[in-house]
Amino acid sequence: MKFKTNTSPFFSSENNISSVMLQVLLALIPGTLVLFYFYGWGVLFNVVLAVIFAVSFETIALLMRKRPVMPFLSDLSAIVTAWLLALSLPPLIPWWILFIGVFFAIIVAKHLYGGLGYNPFNPAMVGFAVLIISFPVEMTQWIQSTSLGQPSYGFVDSLRIIFSSGITPDWDAITMATPLDEVKTGLRAGTPYAEIIQQSPYLQSTIQNTWLWTSLAFALGGFWLLYKKLIHWQIPIALLSALALISAIMHLYSGENYSSPILQLFSGATMLGAFFIATDPVSASTTPTGKLIYGASIGLLIYIIRTWGGYPDAIAFSVLIMNMAVPTIDYYTQPRTFGHGRSPDTKTSMNVKDNKL
Amino acid sequence: MSDLINPTKITTSSRKLWSFHGGVHPPFHKDDSNTLAIKSAGIPDKLVLPLRQHIGIDAEPCVSVGDKVFKGQLIAKHNHHVDQQDFSANIHAPTSGKITAIEEHSIPHPSGLLANCIILKTDGEDEQSESHKLAPFLDYKNTKAEEIIERIEQAGIVGLGGAVFPTAVKLAGSRKTQIKTLIINGAECEPYITCDDLLMREKSAEIITGIEILLHLLNAKECLIGIEDNKPEAIEMVRSACKHNHHIEVVSIPAIYPSGGEKQLIQILTGKEIPAGGLPLDLGFLGQNIGTVYSIYQAVIEGAPLISRIITVTGNGILHPQNYEVLIGTSFAYLATQAGGTTKMADHLIMGGPMMGFTLDDDDIPVVKASNCALFTSSTALRESNSAFSTQSTMPCIRCGKCMDVCPAKLLPQQLYWHIRAKDLEKVQEHNLKDCIECGCCNYVCPSHIPLVDYYRFAKVEIRDQKIAQEKADLSRERHEFLLFRKERDKRERDEKRAAHKAALQKKKADIAKKKSESGEDDSSDNTKADAIKQAMERAKAKKQARDESANKSYKKEDDAS
Repeated sequence: MKFKTNTSPFFSSENNISSVMLQVLLALIPGTLVLFYFYGWGVLFNVVLAVIFAVSFETIALLMRKRPVMPFLSDLSAIVTAWLLALSLPPLIPWWILFIGVFFAIIVAKHLYGGLGYNPFNPAMVGFAVLIISFPVEMTQWIQSTSLGQPSYGFVDSLRIIFSSGITPDWDAITMATPLDEVKTGLRAGTPYAEIIQQSPYLQSTIQNTWLWTSLAFALGGFWLLYKKLIHWQIPIALLSALALISAIMHLYSGENYSSPILQLFSGATMLGAFFIATDPVSASTTPTGKLIYGASIGLLIYIIRTWGGYPDAIAFSVLIMNMAVPTIDYYTQPRTFGHGRSPDTKTSMNVKDNKL
Repeated sequence: MSDLINPTKITTSSRKLWSFHGGVHPPFHKDDSNTLAIKSAGIPDKLVLPLRQHIGIDAEPCVSVGDKVFKGQLIAKHNHHVDQQDFSANIHAPTSGKITAIEEHSIPHPSGLLANCIILKTDGEDEQSESHKLAPFLDYKNTKAEEIIERIEQAGIVGLGGAVFPTAVKLAGSRKTQIKTLIINGAECEPYITCDDLLMREKSAEIITGIEILLHLLNAKECLIGIEDNKPEAIEMVRSACKHNHHIEVVSIPAIYPSGGEKQLIQILTGKEIPAGGLPLDLGFLGQNIGTVYSIYQAVIEGAPLISRIITVTGNGILHPQNYEVLIGTSFAYLATQAGGTTKMADHLIMGGPMMGFTLDDDDIPVVKASNCALFTSSTALRESNSAFSTQSTMPCIRCGKCMDVCPAKLLPQQLYWHIRAKDLEKVQEHNLKDCIECGCCNYVCPSHIPLVDYYRFAKVEIRDQKIAQEKADLSRERHEFLLFRKERDKRERDEKRAAHKAALQKKKADIAKKKSESGEDDSSDNTKADAIKQAMERAKAKKQARDESANKSYKKEDDAS
């Protein structure tokens, strides 16, 4: 009787990329829902539109590259990229800005570099960086949170704003700078940190309600990913520790001129960045020690750019800068292989060849 | 009671265990085959006995075609030269019968190789002859270690855990250093396989005696038997069998693949890491498999050579999975018939387990000393991913690092893969590919279903080829350089010779001239000579004119005349 031949191992687990990506998407749901609660339909439209654009671009790119469409579409990686980008953008942002962002993320950052697994840069952050450089005004104005007593826009109104040709006349009235932006402007003007917070009830409420809850929701998703072992602990923990440490040191050094670690950790995209963006396996460092270095460096860069740089938030630039350093980090942080070095008995192995049986 | 006398035994349950890095928990499928007792598979009509069932070189046949052989008779002799690292092991007739051929036959090998085999047509008598029996060493404690090792060599025992290294050679080598701890491997971590489990349950006393023989041979004081905790009956049986000997301890270890890897088991039991490229021997350990220990018992106490082994026949492609005691040389086809026959699901026949075994393309292949499992299975039962029958397609690597988390050698499989794809073999070596044990854990967990182990095998061969090519190139460069040197040297020597010759000639000339000038008076003789020539020329001229018509002859005559 004849049998089919193959090479070992014949056994494989049920892991697959789709289920990994699906679980990342599930982990994003709490944060997305909290954002939806505070900012209304704009958040969901961002996500839905970005996903539609991403899937279309992915299909076109796969067809043009003559790759099988279904296996790659069903890996859900394009949807994760789109979702992350959508959450980083202000709600109710015009559709064409979203379109450009997704184009750069999927087509340029992902497929021009060889598609899934081959992109040296985090695709969502490439999209974000292009947008914040090209459209700084639209990208830094967030609509006011419902925690300030503002009613959120309804379904239809939201659609109208998104698909209107440009920024609506009342845009300035309904939007405000993000807390990080406002604090930075205040500090630059020489106002002491405590005063900036106290002066503006809006700011206080946004920090203490909207961003705190949003950050906690993303952190919850992040911890679930850690629990499911879908991400390694090194990157988020190193990133958050480094950011907390340096901001605490600076805040202790001068509480007037430097914002508190609480603000650094729980506003802006810190938590989203730490658990979902910096942990993108393709573009992040892959060795255990390398991940610590990579995460901590991103944390430091976030603080440096937020405090002294030209942009209010800094996840995208910090991640992209560290993406460049990944091959070097990985090369110099190989773990000790079994039976190599350190072992006290290693020296005796030198004469192994002589008494080998 | 014995616990009180030997305080070390009390700590059995509290012995500190270490863990090795990584490992996986695949479905173990042990229950498929471990519920029934070991059954004898009987005597098939034909046995095919490969001359090489061990690491090393072919054994030398010592029977000829047409010979009648008895059960246990030596049919192929080891002819190893240990100094040259050439090993082999004896092979015996598993039953009585007639040698019908010594020819090439397919053997269990990943590439479906043919090799020299002795074909034995059995007569069903299972006849033994007194002259071919080995005398049992009942009182092994008063027998010289060398004699026991010789017996183990005579009995053709090899490591039955899969490495099939001749046991006698290993033991003789181990005696050169002091072994502190004998490690008995009863982990059996590969899914589906239960032959050691059943052997431990049914032959625990014999196994303990085998261990005692080894301890005696090695003069070792401690023996640890590592058994995975998914074999509680085996642990119980072996533990009660070794109660009387406080040097032997049964250690229940957590079930995780590949705890049965020699280096992994030693790390679990002792916390020691065997240095890369080293042997357990370097740290005073010696590892032996359960099946090997049982064979040692049989050889020493019963005088029986290794002519059969226990093999697990299992998988969803077989009707009645069970463990069988099988004569070496029995075909897998016969074995399948004994186990109720194959089902429609039998896509594959795997010798060994699903993690490190290999497929056989045909079942007309003999069971050899290394065969611990015949796994008849469907592709889907294994969730096979890296083949043409794959149920899951291969995707690009997303560097998730799951492979790194499970690698027992603490390698970076994702980086190895990346550098192999880039054919950057230098980087591959910097990432210590040679420490890969090909356990398949990385492959098992990979969410992209990349056949990582195939990449590593490929790269290992490439690196080896490159090394050989490099050595060859070095050798020819040396040769070429030597050729140039030799040409240069020859030329120089020739020139020197020539110069010396020239000088000698000149010296001779000078000598002659000197002599002449010394003797002085020769002017007159010169004149006479010149006159003679002149006269001769004139004579010749005259003669030439005379014989103008017959030119041919003239020269001869002229010569004659002159």
